[in-house]
Amino acid sequence: MEKRVVFKSAWLPYALLLPQLVITAMFFFWPAIQAVYYSFLLQDAFGMTSQFVWFENYAALFRDSHYLSSFKTTAFFATMVAGSGILISLLLATMADSVIKGALVYKTFLIWPYAVAPAIAGVLWAFIFAPSIGIVTYYLKLLGFDWNWIIDPEQAMALVVIASVWKQISYNFLFFLAGLQSIPKSLIEAAAIDGAGPFRRFWTIVFPLLSPTTFFLLVINIIYSFFDTFGVIDATTQGGPGDATKVLVYKVYYDGVKAADLGGSSAQSVILMFVVVMLTVVQFRYVERRVQY
Amino acid sequence: MVENRPVRDFFAHAVLLAGIVIVAFPLWVTFVASTLTFDQIVTVPMPLWPGDQLVHNYTQVLTAGSEKGSSAPVSTMLVNSLIMALSIAIGKIIISILSAFAIVYFRFPLRQFFFWSVFVTLMLPVEVRIIPTFKVAADLGILNSHVGLAMPLIASATATFLFRQFFMTIPDELAEAARIDGAGPMRFFFDVVLPLSKTHIAALFVILFIYGWNQYLWPLLITADESMYTVVIGIKRMIAGGDASNEWHLIMATAMLALLPPALVVVLMQKWFVKGLVETEK
Repeated sequence: MEKRVVFKSAWLPYALLLPQLVITAMFFFWPAIQAVYYSFLLQDAFGMTSQFVWFENYAALFRDSHYLSSFKTTAFFATMVAGSGILISLLLATMADSVIKGALVYKTFLIWPYAVAPAIAGVLWAFIFAPSIGIVTYYLKLLGFDWNWIIDPEQAMALVVIASVWKQISYNFLFFLAGLQSIPKSLIEAAAIDGAGPFRRFWTIVFPLLSPTTFFLLVINIIYSFFDTFGVIDATTQGGPGDATKVLVYKVYYDGVKAADLGGSSAQSVILMFVVVMLTVVQFRYVERRVQY
Repeated sequence: MVENRPVRDFFAHAVLLAGIVIVAFPLWVTFVASTLTFDQIVTVPMPLWPGDQLVHNYTQVLTAGSEKGSSAPVSTMLVNSLIMALSIAIGKIIISILSAFAIVYFRFPLRQFFFWSVFVTLMLPVEVRIIPTFKVAADLGILNSHVGLAMPLIASATATFLFRQFFMTIPDELAEAARIDGAGPMRFFFDVVLPLSKTHIAALFVILFIYGWNQYLWPLLITADESMYTVVIGIKRMIAGGDASNEWHLIMATAMLALLPPALVVVLMQKWFVKGLVETEK
């Protein structure tokens, strides 16, 4: 993809690029290089001297059972957030696509949570699930279900999953709705004439045609649950109780900022960067394939 | 509709209504809580119908912050959030449209190199490089300032990409005609490219405004001074710990104030919002 008609100037293109390059270099490349550099350093307890230790920080991480369990926590959290978020939004989008009256109204009322900051979403759900005063906690108690996410690890996880999914539903919903609306109605009608019922039509026609959208949303939701949910967790459980909700990005923050372990935290950053780059590569390879259809 | 089935139509509406109710429930509870007194909230179960403290609670947080804890007024925080969101949105749009224009409409040495060095920033969110970025900000002396809040978050390639993709679709004849008429590149940019990009700019603005307004980790790290808090950080600082000891009526009023501006932007500019969302992720 190149333009045939271009302008000529020896200095103008550089001048136009300059602002973006300066900011990218200052706040992206330089910090990223430093993160890699710090990850090879071991600092003493007072931060006075540091020593080059090669991969010792990485080795220490993989011997650390807390770090390994944080991987497990993150994997579980991401699966729950991506899985339930996609299922719920797919159901809602399928319904919204099938109704004729009021579709726009439904859409408007379903997309606004996108605008809510993750930290605020966390606060909202923490409030209605609050152990002593929460309104949902009260009804759960009436049903004989004791709810206290401050001390129960599984309930803490459930809370951060619910808040994260709630915030992400609108995003998934919009993409599914757009995907559904691009499926030619003639295909569905042809299947209906052949006698296929609604469920059969969904599984044999709609769902396969939606698979590019579903795959795209899967990657986006995984990245979302890796990073953007930091606000949800910090505003509610702060990684607790114990380490129950300490996902990887929260641990980077906790070890680097709260525990001031520069080397360890930087090594974790580098590992996380690697994970994101892998996810992005997967996504781009796939996007390229979709373009060739 | 393929078939006319009243039962299935009814089912669809029922599912959608249930979805809307569940999605809106936390918002309703938050709104109700922001109109009650503290004592009404801590009586279990709390009422689910608005009380009469709306004016009192909102005036309290807007002018004087919380009653027991931080006394930073929320109005200052809202201004900080607004400045941050606007600078991120406008800053990103300006630097991206310029660099995309340079990459698409010029041939020059190292063009591909610059393109890729901007491109890789797509991949890494600020969360994974917080500590070194914090050091850079500290060295530059921009901690606790509006510049520090916004600048590091402007470094991202999404907008550059969107503009690049769009510029590729502008017919070559336009640039040719401009050249024949003797217009220089900047004249062409202001008279042709910029007006054509209007809808893309609007769509990006909505997405970036929400992105900026909702930032959490970065402002949490670099704002030590209450007068620089954004409203999202302000709420976090109001929550002290034990669930019954928080001033929930004020926290919830602040939460309403924090989520209303971006929610209104989404609902009122729905068309641009959907366009921006779908296009930035292409």
